[in-house]
Amino acid sequence: MMAVEALFQMLIFPGFLFLILLGLAGQFVDRKLYARLQNRVGPPWFQPVADFFKLLGKETVIPEEADARMFRLAPVFALGAVIAASFYIPLWNVRPLLPFEGDLVVVLYLLLIPTLTFFLGGWYSRSVFSTLGAVRSITQLFAYEIPLLIAVLSPALLANTWSISGIVQYYAAHPGRWLFNLIGFAVAMITLLGKLEKVPFDIPEAETEIVAGTFTEYSGRFLAFFRLAIDTEAIVSASLVAAVFLPFGFELAPWLAFIVYLAKILAILTILAILRTVFARLRLDQMIDFCWKVVAPIAFLQVLIDLVLKELI
Amino acid sequence: MSDNEHIVQIPIGPQHPALKEPESFMVDLRGEKIDAVRMRFGYNHRGIEKGCEQRSYTQDLYLVERICGICSYSHSTAFVQAVEEIAGLEIPRRAQYIRTLVAELERIHSHMLWLGVAGHEIGFDTLLMYTWRDREQVMILLAQLTGNRVNYGLNTLGGVRRDITAEQLPGILKVVDSLEERTKYYIEIAQTEETLRQRLAGVGRLSKEEAVRLGAVGPTARASGVDRDTRRDDPYAAYGEVSFKVITDDHCDVYGRTVVRLGELMETYSIIRQLVKNMPEGPILVKAPRRIPEGEALSRYEAPRGEDVHYVRGNGTEKPERVKVRAPTLANTQAVAKMLEDGYLADLPIVIAAIDPCFSCTDRMIGIRDRDRQERQTMSWEEVSRYGVDFYRKKGIDPSKITLRGGSAA
Repeated sequence: MMAVEALFQMLIFPGFLFLILLGLAGQFVDRKLYARLQNRVGPPWFQPVADFFKLLGKETVIPEEADARMFRLAPVFALGAVIAASFYIPLWNVRPLLPFEGDLVVVLYLLLIPTLTFFLGGWYSRSVFSTLGAVRSITQLFAYEIPLLIAVLSPALLANTWSISGIVQYYAAHPGRWLFNLIGFAVAMITLLGKLEKVPFDIPEAETEIVAGTFTEYSGRFLAFFRLAIDTEAIVSASLVAAVFLPFGFELAPWLAFIVYLAKILAILTILAILRTVFARLRLDQMIDFCWKVVAPIAFLQVLIDLVLKELI
Repeated sequence: MSDNEHIVQIPIGPQHPALKEPESFMVDLRGEKIDAVRMRFGYNHRGIEKGCEQRSYTQDLYLVERICGICSYSHSTAFVQAVEEIAGLEIPRRAQYIRTLVAELERIHSHMLWLGVAGHEIGFDTLLMYTWRDREQVMILLAQLTGNRVNYGLNTLGGVRRDITAEQLPGILKVVDSLEERTKYYIEIAQTEETLRQRLAGVGRLSKEEAVRLGAVGPTARASGVDRDTRRDDPYAAYGEVSFKVITDDHCDVYGRTVVRLGELMETYSIIRQLVKNMPEGPILVKAPRRIPEGEALSRYEAPRGEDVHYVRGNGTEKPERVKVRAPTLANTQAVAKMLEDGYLADLPIVIAAIDPCFSCTDRMIGIRDRDRQERQTMSWEEVSRYGVDFYRKKGIDPSKITLRGGSAA
């Protein structure tokens, strides 16, 4: 019975299927908001689903030069890593599917894998635009990943635990203390734009420069799964940020906690959509400068705040 | 390891999302930096100059109007001015005013379009959506005044074909007022939006000396501090009777080109207000002869992208002997290679876009003929057809058997 329940949780709710549907819904929210903010009508609610099935039905072309195995595996790995990461994040109950001490580090590691698959998928496509996109995504990774890591680890410093559910429990026991981490929240939002490759950090897939970067050679179902992985990555990263920086509402009744969770995800997606509306794309060198000279010091400031608070409280 | 092994060659074009028309830019990249750029034009040659020689002057008017989709009125007016000069026609003042009015409205829609394209090239799609929404007002106005959104078909030898009624004048002012508000907002954005400034400032530098040496024209030259504007230097139509400032800037980069275009928009609004206020009464057309006398004329015209030059030679018949068009993009392409030197790949789209290129207007064909051996690189239509049939026959396909619907065998 336990095994069936665990399987159900992993594959259907709140695991694989639920996250994918939420990812598609998130894509709709993002696209609709982006369109409305730009004075456009935007897509109907079923557009992401329709796009997905349309891509599934399209011919899949693998370039002759490409390493076919890596080319095929990259999207699967991306999706798998993202779903695996979700098992360690408390979505709306305090206890995630597979909690253990130190799962925060594992989640950050698993969320790194999609970017690596962008690199590998692009690199093994062997076309100039894909290769450039691949190199750009790995270069960009070094710019945003460190500030993101520092920002996400600082609430853990205050809570004195490396487990996400431990962080949630700590902040539930001391209501209001999550407000100390708002700087870290801002840093996480900025770096998420880099992780999800959205404007102003959509440098690896800058359409007007390198066509579609990594995804230039991708078509058909491989592209569909890559896009699905990116949508799900957005939801899972938003869930992580919500659990670490907005740790409230977990102790409510399950259905109420679920609504609070959805509201948090919606809020984070809205902020991301607004940010990508109001900025122009930065150049790679400008992006790295910005992340290391501005964002990283701010992230360290958050660590400092948490360390001082830990001594005081 | 030699230094050349670090160079990656990437093809921007002939088909590429950054380019609106097929042109080829072969870029040698060293990391993210541009080492060299080789441009190749000619994908869009349409033989319009030759086509003009085979049509009557009136037919040519509609042909030259189709040289460009954005500054169609510039080409049509530049051509008609040259022909009128040969024929010695004196155009009624009201027609001059109407021509100037439509020319300035065209400048608004062209500059607005450019601002949106520039936004898109640097990944700022919101700016594209906003400017193109606002541009729609002037497009609708142009359709109301002339009957078309582009290719107005308004010019004719001896004047214009359509009058502007007194009831239409307040509508023009209303659109101008509304667009002036919007332009002020865009100027504010250009001054305050940090990512926009970072992407534009210092990019695609072209010094004043280089701009003059390479013969840059229009906003590209004026943004490098070259104080040159045909509307003021060699007034045509009604430009001698309106007062306006020539906007120049000394940023010498893409940011400067943006500032110049936005400033020009503000001047254009003032010009349109003056034209509407002082619109003279009277006829809009004088009768033009069917045969244009022998003679030649060079007509200069300040198109939104820069100085547009048309040369026409008449031989006393209904058809011109020679028509020569120098579109502003041809003058500016030389400067692009200079601007791209030591730039980043990321800046390449915006640097190319910053001259507001119109490659179809520019494209021309060069045929090289060996004087000694009388060999040609060009083919006649029959030769192309025969070459195509032979090409497929060698592959085992016989296209001569294929019949087109309702047609004869190929």
